[in-house]
Amino acid sequence: MSKVPAAVIGIGQTHHRAKREDVSMAGLCREAMDRALEDAGLTLDEVDAIVIGKAPDLFEGVMMPELYLAEALGAAGKPLLRVHTAGSVGGSTAIVASSLVQAGVHKKVLTVAFEKQSESNAMWALSVPIPFVMPVHAGAGGYFAPHVRSYIRRANAPSHIGAIVAAKDRNNALKNPYAHLHNEGTTVESVLASQMLWDPIHYDETCPSSDGACAMVIAAEDVAKTYEAPAWIHGTVMRSEPTSAAERDQVNPQAGRDAAAALWKATGITDPAREIDCAEIYVPFAWFEPMWLENLGFAPEGEGWKLTEAGETAIGGSLPVNMSGGVLSSNPIGASGMLRFAEAALQVRGRAGEHQVDGARRALGHAYGGGSQFFSMWVVGSQPPSN
Amino acid sequence: MRDVAVVGFAQRQMKDFDGSPSMAELLVPILAECYEQTGWTKKDIGFWCSGSSDYLAGRSFSFVSAIDAIGVLPPVNESHVEMDAAWALYEAWVKIQTGEVDTALVFGFGKASAGVLRRTLSMQLDPYTMTPLWPDTVSLAALQARLGLDAGLWDETALADVVNRSLTDAEKNEYAVRAGGSSVSELLARPMFADPLRKHDCAPVTDGAAAIVLAAGDRAYDANQRPAWITGIAHSSDGLHLGTRDLTISGSAQRAAAAVGGTAGVQVAELHAPFSHQELVLRSALGLGDDVQINPSGGALAANPMFSAGAIRIGEAAKRIWDGSADKVLGHATSGPALQQNLVCVMEAQENGSGK
Amino acid sequence: MSRTLQAPVTVAFDYTRSTGPVIGRFLTGLRDTTIVGGRLGDGRVAVPPPEYDPVTHQAVTEFVELPDTGTVTSWTWVSEPVAGQPFERPFAYALITIDGADTPWLHAVDVASPDDIETGMRVRARWAEERTGSVNDLVFEADGGDQPGTPAPAGGEDVSRIVTPVSLDYHYAASPEESSFFRGLAEGKILGQRCPKCQKVYVPPRGACPTDGVPTAEEIELSHVGTVTTFCVVNVPFLGQKIKPPYVSAYVLLDGADIALQHLILDIPADEVRMGMRVEAVWKPRDEWGTSIENISHFAPTGEPDADFDSYKHHL
Repeated sequence: MSKVPAAVIGIGQTHHRAKREDVSMAGLCREAMDRALEDAGLTLDEVDAIVIGKAPDLFEGVMMPELYLAEALGAAGKPLLRVHTAGSVGGSTAIVASSLVQAGVHKKVLTVAFEKQSESNAMWALSVPIPFVMPVHAGAGGYFAPHVRSYIRRANAPSHIGAIVAAKDRNNALKNPYAHLHNEGTTVESVLASQMLWDPIHYDETCPSSDGACAMVIAAEDVAKTYEAPAWIHGTVMRSEPTSAAERDQVNPQAGRDAAAALWKATGITDPAREIDCAEIYVPFAWFEPMWLENLGFAPEGEGWKLTEAGETAIGGSLPVNMSGGVLSSNPIGASGMLRFAEAALQVRGRAGEHQVDGARRALGHAYGGGSQFFSMWVVGSQPPSN
Repeated sequence: MRDVAVVGFAQRQMKDFDGSPSMAELLVPILAECYEQTGWTKKDIGFWCSGSSDYLAGRSFSFVSAIDAIGVLPPVNESHVEMDAAWALYEAWVKIQTGEVDTALVFGFGKASAGVLRRTLSMQLDPYTMTPLWPDTVSLAALQARLGLDAGLWDETALADVVNRSLTDAEKNEYAVRAGGSSVSELLARPMFADPLRKHDCAPVTDGAAAIVLAAGDRAYDANQRPAWITGIAHSSDGLHLGTRDLTISGSAQRAAAAVGGTAGVQVAELHAPFSHQELVLRSALGLGDDVQINPSGGALAANPMFSAGAIRIGEAAKRIWDGSADKVLGHATSGPALQQNLVCVMEAQENGSGK
Repeated sequence: MSRTLQAPVTVAFDYTRSTGPVIGRFLTGLRDTTIVGGRLGDGRVAVPPPEYDPVTHQAVTEFVELPDTGTVTSWTWVSEPVAGQPFERPFAYALITIDGADTPWLHAVDVASPDDIETGMRVRARWAEERTGSVNDLVFEADGGDQPGTPAPAGGEDVSRIVTPVSLDYHYAASPEESSFFRGLAEGKILGQRCPKCQKVYVPPRGACPTDGVPTAEEIELSHVGTVTTFCVVNVPFLGQKIKPPYVSAYVLLDGADIALQHLILDIPADEVRMGMRVEAVWKPRDEWGTSIENISHFAPTGEPDADFDSYKHHL
């Protein structure tokens, strides 16, 4: 059997902020959902199913919050699925939603991902004490900083590459009205002058903690082709590996390499650096841009930083990365992956506003989670998939 | 739709699991049993999906180390739902329908005994207007039970009948944590726990895990001589809030049954009813007549491991196809307070039954 | 001796919730001793008001102030209350349809026994003297017909943010393999186990080798000396931190192990710690030991020459 072609026909997101004290959790989700539905010209009643994603329930202190949200989100009376794959969840959720359409089960699926981190404290929620074990590092930064150090050593990268990424993404965010951080005047020098939090990671090289949501409407071919500019889904992929295993490569994880290879194969892409017009990659700490450029096959191992240093990942470069400002500028964790997927779709629809890459026809959306172990990705295009 | 069948199933259920909340060490022998049944290794599995809950485990990302039980280097195509593994099975069935994979292994696990289960589940309620009162799940089910009693939809004898049959059948289930038939009059003589429910009307707190193997087309025959072909699978949700839905019926179960084309011809149904009266609600919603055998395993009143009990119903029903004792069966799963979400999976001995 | 090590853990946090306009209106009403319902598109009045209409999906914007009396439409008796419930003694939960509302509200009713409540019974709110804008600002009791004094409305700004404490007690257990590791530490030993398939030595041992999915087995007592593979310098203060920053959190690959342990590097200035540095475990005084990795205070330099990068680069 062949897959039903599917496309994104509606995209919505919230204004991401440190604290969205003006809305409840339902209000936050509906802000993104209503924008996506308006974009698609649909009502909630016209949607066949709803797929919700978010990261750990301890963040908001509600067990399976989709249950109490069901009515407010219009899911009462419909199939409702809740995905949770750690930080990659926003991407995985979009993939589950697209699978429902590609499988021929539904015609129109609404997917939403959110996090309202201001309800608690992410550092607390991620480090509930475990008996017999000693907490040695501090939060996600403490977890990832040693692996960034390993990358710098392995790639012989100059120490200011992370700052180049941070300055680029923060300046891209100035063009995105939804972005959480709008830090005017961020430069490589100002990033390097910010406090060293988890050496080798500076404060300005880290993501913020945000409240926010993202939603998309995904539709089957016969519906999508009646729309002016759908973002056609050319391929999706998910791969997982363990958090820790003997001799596991934590800088360039095999799950990411395998996922990218499978995605390029499925989409008929042989030279991703040339055939992908722009990419939204999950970069919560600046150094992960060059690391993932290598992991994804955009650059040979050890040379990802050269693309960054040469300015190729800026808007106007040969491979613009994180045009929206990326995770470094907005990080509602559960929604962060879906925001990457949605930005890729916005780009190929030509609807990215001031952060639009001219003539973007094929774009990558990427998310990862856990200890660099869960990966989800998709390629979307302005034309229907040929495969 | 592709023909997809349940071809493997393994479970463990117990009162108190003394190991880690990620339960990887319990999943290892369960997955081994699935490999033995199918003759496969992990390399034969195209997609993996699990169901579990951080709040049950008491920590964030509790599912992360469970995948170690698979052995995930080289990496695998894998996903996770914060739901009962029956919905993980649904996600896997959808993945197979896309044509990307032909086989899948789904699993669920939960150590309910790590906390006070009925209190932990208060965390599922509306966090502004309900959870601050800490209404426990048993109380919510009892409110539902009384609505039906007051409306004359069932009586205490009907509830005791369900319990007596379930615990009698459970005597033959090696994984039952509560078993032993009695009589309706003896059951009714026992004290109330959450009036109008007695303890035996409520599923026992159970730790456990389970896994199910799915395969499409010829791959199914490769693993099982008499596969349980999924001829209909669907799920639906109601709102959580008790005020805006009729608790004496289950609209979501009705919609799920309608979406699979009804339940005519079903001989055996495994219903995930954690409270005795909920079996009656479900029988009515799913249109199951008196000639349908209900819960030969003993059902959730005999053992109800959170996040795998729904999948276990599908596995138990599939076993009736495998052993030739039935040609058409139904497995059902529920999630959320008072039957909020329901999933129906109809399986038949003949593939390509009712289509979708 | 039990098969596994077990210990209690409490997961507690005071969540700060922004209510949005609808729940805020409802909770503001409770603070001011008024029960507020929301009018739905079909004309019904619901208590509490749903944020969005279940039929039209539009935000609920029309509110109705209702009396604080109603009728029990279902009830149950909580014979064994759990922590946090409105009463520590047995009590009733009920579905209560407030006069003027069309949908029932779940709340607690203070009656002495299950014989004192029935479907159809009239109940009245009993308001707390101190109210914050919470469903805990009231409970219900039998409506005796006499009009009790209602406390004066508290007034003030509308409720838009509430704090909801959540505290859950869990009983944690380590896997059998981890338990042997922690018990070894109580005897001053660092115990690893070898995977029977890939032959890699894991420390701590695993209930499932993450590569092969089988438990690690053959026990190996490991050296207390190892190599720093990589590390970070923690400069950021955080809740529950035990050591004053800056300090080094490192991966230490013990000699004979195939996976690194995470621990602290002390007794050397943080800016002098290096990848490849050789370190050894510094144990706390024996009388402070338990079944915990904290028996090892930290790792400190041995003074040996650094390990060659090639010897540990496949552990990064």
